[in-house]
Amino acid sequence: MALALPILMILLFGYALTLDVDRIPTMVFDSDRTPESREMISRFQGSCYFSVLGAVEDYQSIEQKVNRDECMLGIVIPQNYARDLLSGGAPQIQMLFDGSDSNTASIGLGYANAIAQSFAAEIQVRAQNRMGRSALSAPVEPRLRVWYNSQLKSKNYIVPGLIALILMIIGALLTSLTLAREWEMGTMEQLLSTPLRPAEIALGKMSAYFTLGLIDMLLTIIVGVVIFRVPQRGSYVFLVSSGCLFLVGALFWGILISALSRTQMLAYQLAMLTSFLPAFLLSGFVFAIENMPIPVQVATFLFPTRYFVKILKGIFLRGVGVEVLYTEVGMLAIYALLVFLVAVKKLRQKVA
Amino acid sequence: MWNRIREIIRKEFYQTLRSPRMRTLLFGPPLLQLILFGYAVNLDVENARTAWMDMDNTPESRDLLAAFQGSRYFSITAVQRNGIGVQELMDSGKVQAVVRVLPGFSRDVKRGNTASVQILVDGTNSNTASIISSYASQVVVGYAAKTVARQQNSRLMPVSAMIGGAVPSVIPVLTAQYRVWFNPDLRSRVYFVPGVIVNIIALVTIMLTAMSIVREKEIGTMEQLMVTPIRPLELIMGKLLPFAMVGIVDVALVVAAALLIFRIPIRGSILILFGCTVLFLLSTLGVGLFISTISQTQQQAMMASFFFFMPAMLLSGFAFPIHNMPPPVQYLTYLNPLRYFMQIVRDLFLKGVGIGSLWQQMIALTVFGVAILGLSVLRFHKKLD
Repeated sequence: MALALPILMILLFGYALTLDVDRIPTMVFDSDRTPESREMISRFQGSCYFSVLGAVEDYQSIEQKVNRDECMLGIVIPQNYARDLLSGGAPQIQMLFDGSDSNTASIGLGYANAIAQSFAAEIQVRAQNRMGRSALSAPVEPRLRVWYNSQLKSKNYIVPGLIALILMIIGALLTSLTLAREWEMGTMEQLLSTPLRPAEIALGKMSAYFTLGLIDMLLTIIVGVVIFRVPQRGSYVFLVSSGCLFLVGALFWGILISALSRTQMLAYQLAMLTSFLPAFLLSGFVFAIENMPIPVQVATFLFPTRYFVKILKGIFLRGVGVEVLYTEVGMLAIYALLVFLVAVKKLRQKVA
Repeated sequence: MWNRIREIIRKEFYQTLRSPRMRTLLFGPPLLQLILFGYAVNLDVENARTAWMDMDNTPESRDLLAAFQGSRYFSITAVQRNGIGVQELMDSGKVQAVVRVLPGFSRDVKRGNTASVQILVDGTNSNTASIISSYASQVVVGYAAKTVARQQNSRLMPVSAMIGGAVPSVIPVLTAQYRVWFNPDLRSRVYFVPGVIVNIIALVTIMLTAMSIVREKEIGTMEQLMVTPIRPLELIMGKLLPFAMVGIVDVALVVAAALLIFRIPIRGSILILFGCTVLFLLSTLGVGLFISTISQTQQQAMMASFFFFMPAMLLSGFAFPIHNMPPPVQYLTYLNPLRYFMQIVRDLFLKGVGIGSLWQQMIALTVFGVAILGLSVLRFHKKLD
């Protein structure tokens, strides 16, 4: 179980789940049917972001296809499009987007816009050249360079963040459940009544899960780098040691939850709400923190995953080290220490 | 028979609702999850932190700066004179993009040469990066179009003065008009919040069903129930119906919260929504029952539920579009009941369609529900004998 879950997650995220937008299903309604309109369509056919599924004969069918989820984009080329274009008019093509999935739609909109703009610029240049004027081609052009993840693959930023999620599941969820079971069955009280000190119990209980977490982390790193070819540009030593620091904090959090709840049902709910969900949602793992409303952004500072995900992405994608990420490492250390102290205090109260 | 079922239902309700802790657990986490998901799950980009690096420093380059400042997608948070600070700003993640205007920008623009603007984008989050790139290109291209228009006017001015009237432009202008349906502001919340409803209902009902049955096994009351005249089928019905009701109440609660807190419009019929919820509950209760037959302890039940729920949620199209998955995985999603309910809920909220476009999904849900539930009941039966 503790090994199968990480494997399953990394296979899912590495292979199947992506936010990259390509092959947007597109339908065309060309009411002009001229070489010029076909040239426009061929631009979309040639782009890897769109996949032109076919053409329809009237406007209603385009609307119907969008309505029924059969395509996301409908391109409508008006009559007299070529005539207007050649006589210097202002033809207008229409793009009909299904905006339900706003993310795919806004990225697709950008690509469609780029295709239309560059085609328009080319048409202008051609017209000017025909008139023998000096070329007035686009005076300013954007030159885009993407750093750190130049192919813009979403798996390159999701797989590193997955390490934080997996460690949180092993550390907090699994540990708190197992220990809550011991509380339920009374074996925990037996342990506490022995001469062992609470801190010793906490550390002892922790070490078994620590090994498990460590194995999972190494497994994720190896599968991610070797099979899914996620770039790892930073130091492995820093990666593993900051992972251990995070894992320790997560484990003590699991111990603390079990001591607070003492039943499996409650431990599960608490662990879900305080570890798994924040790790999934409030860490910047998939959903960027800077896009959230301010109160939610403030809340993310309370959960250690936020810092660890930043460290992970820093190491994997930017190749930076402690010199940039010292604040995050410090926060992880403070968190681990704080949770350890509170957990030991709780255990001591239970003895008394 | 109905008498006995009613008694089990009463017992089940009494048992689950007895403790105040359990009462909050049934209805608190779904609401909390909705709020958390609703606010956190957001892929929109606004106010991208941008550094401005102007090595030209002319009226033309400042025009471009104004164009970036005027866009709601960018907020200029740093101004750099040279390239040394850029690396540090990008490495530490303080800015998400850098706009660099090279020396000679205004000279090139005036002469009609192509001047280029460099835009560095932090690609760490590829999704945010593609959105930022396309917005940045749009700002620059928009600026370029304005410049062309201005230059043409100034070139044509002497000609028009000579002939005493405006010169008709013969340069074609091709424009694209965009119409976005269903979610015209392209807000991702409108898309995600309805999806959250599906996840919450699935999680709550699978988990509760599995746990409550395994709990009886664990503490030994299952044996006691079996020696009573209650027949297995009655036991199952008595066990499942309360959780079906909890599920429906949770849907009502979460839909109300979605409408009130997030102001998500619902365009379709609420009646169809509840009808489909019942169909969907067949599957989730069936899965919960099935998990209870394969687990001996509550811990196993929880882990098994989690193991089912996690991939089912990820492969439902909730956050990761199904049409982007590799084809074999796309076929796999047809076996996932969450996929169908996800589409139904989203279509009802966003598109406001009726049964006419949803009947295929509804049939799929019914088939899955009856199959899973039937199989689990058979298995449960065999385990009891």
